Amino acid sequence: MDSTRSAASVRAEGDTFSLYRSSRPRLRGRAGSVVSAISTLTVIAVGIAVLASPSAAAFRRGFLDVHQMWIAFIGDPTKGILSVGKGFLLNLWLSLICEVIVLILALGIATLRLSTSPVLLPFRVLAVAYCDFARGVPVILVMLWVGFGVPSLNVPGLSTQSPVVYAGFVLVFAYTAYVAEVYRAGILSVPRNQVQAARSLGLSSTATLRSVVLPQAVRNVLPALLNDFTSLQKDTAIVSVVGVLDAVHAAQIAGGVTFNYSGFTIASLLFLAVTIPLTRYTDRIMAKDRGRRLAGAQ
Amino acid sequence: MTAGTPEVVLRVDDVHKRFGDLEVLRGVSLELRANEVVCLIGSSGSGKSTLLRCCNLLETIDGGSIELFGHDLAHERIDEDLVRRHTGMVFQSFNLFPHLSVLDNVTLAPRRVLGTSKATAEAEAMVLLDRIGLAQKAAEYPDRLSGGQQQRVAIVRSLAMSPRLLLLDEITSALDPELVSEVLGLVAELADQGMTMLLATHEMGFAREVADAVCFLEDGRIVESGTPTKIFEDPDEEATRRFLQRIIDAGRL
Repeated sequence: MDSTRSAASVRAEGDTFSLYRSSRPRLRGRAGSVVSAISTLTVIAVGIAVLASPSAAAFRRGFLDVHQMWIAFIGDPTKGILSVGKGFLLNLWLSLICEVIVLILALGIATLRLSTSPVLLPFRVLAVAYCDFARGVPVILVMLWVGFGVPSLNVPGLSTQSPVVYAGFVLVFAYTAYVAEVYRAGILSVPRNQVQAARSLGLSSTATLRSVVLPQAVRNVLPALLNDFTSLQKDTAIVSVVGVLDAVHAAQIAGGVTFNYSGFTIASLLFLAVTIPLTRYTDRIMAKDRGRRLAGAQ
Repeated sequence: MTAGTPEVVLRVDDVHKRFGDLEVLRGVSLELRANEVVCLIGSSGSGKSTLLRCCNLLETIDGGSIELFGHDLAHERIDEDLVRRHTGMVFQSFNLFPHLSVLDNVTLAPRRVLGTSKATAEAEAMVLLDRIGLAQKAAEYPDRLSGGQQQRVAIVRSLAMSPRLLLLDEITSALDPELVSEVLGLVAELADQGMTMLLATHEMGFAREVADAVCFLEDGRIVESGTPTKIFEDPDEEATRRFLQRIIDAGRL
């Protein structure tokens, strides 16, 4: 009672305060759209001016030559130019196969890290060490290491695999660690009382994990999983360093033959054609999920 | 308590439980016979919830013993999943599975634990849901239900396993006042049907109405226990009187 009175008296002592912003009011409605139209047109005009300037001509010739892009895309065997489009198919299927394997292995690693059984202690330690290593070393380094190192070892069966197999192994090796951490965060995000409710119904720990924890965990981290998939999809480009003929490698060859680097541009566009829709889809899922959470908030 | 003394379902004997330095239960003993309803009352932190959780092996005890259906829960060969299969537990925070529909919430345990077929489990679940008037909500997700409805579904979810003992942990404490009665009504109905229940509650009027015995806990001990009439109208202990006075002052009796 005393404290409220003193607070009121403090405020009463000639406290003049304003409810008006000091800056100009924010533009709304029609005035706002006119201004945004003007600013957009200005940016476009500047962009055109830059591209049309004489110094940009070399840039356009070297990177944005549509004819060269097309040649790089379909390839020209007579000149030794290999198809970037065909190479990109390898990036696509490699990322899909790797993603499936990653999703399965990472789940195992994540549940292993969260297990409490004393028998599994050494495996838990190994799992932690693996995650630290795989996430802390540049993927390209592992790629060079495995892609050039393993064949040089002359181990029967292991050293004679195709570079695509090494590349796939390296991608799975690197991304399993990331995805395992995402899964782990997801599992930890499921409230403990969900586990207790399931266990108190007589569900075993395995059944609880499968029917109660994992469905909620995966839902909670779906955006992060899709993010990592997008990342994996474009990281398939590193297979080019060990001579696998993917979009990037093909573009490199085309550039070497024609001395025009529009092949890199078309390769970029191909990657973007996949990753942008995937990113938008992720955004949508996130927005939907947020809506669901807000609706479900108690 | 009643003539013929039915079998002892739960016997808690001198149970101690420590969380680090804090001793939450300091020698609690009680007995629960078939078809009996025992209410645990006492302020927050008196050990009511911990005691319930120990009976369901959600917590391990540090001393004393708990016998369920004549079996010592501390026995090395006790299967905690089997213990829980036969004892239902309902929580303050409902804990329905948010990713499953109401129907799937109820059928999950019978299907996964008992191996009941989907059709049978669903038919049985619909009977239970119909009994609480929520059959039309079977396909809804929990977040579309009111707190009272969620808690009634949580009770039904436990009942779907046909438990022989129901542990209810302050199941109305998270509810808006106007939703409390629908949940307590269901519990009273179960009591009438002879369900054996041990419940922690702050609803003294309800405890008085349905309980066969009331135990007042303070600082991890059962200070006083007896019939509701005895505890609420003529308690022996000063501590019980003080507690009840506080409840009356708060307008909750």
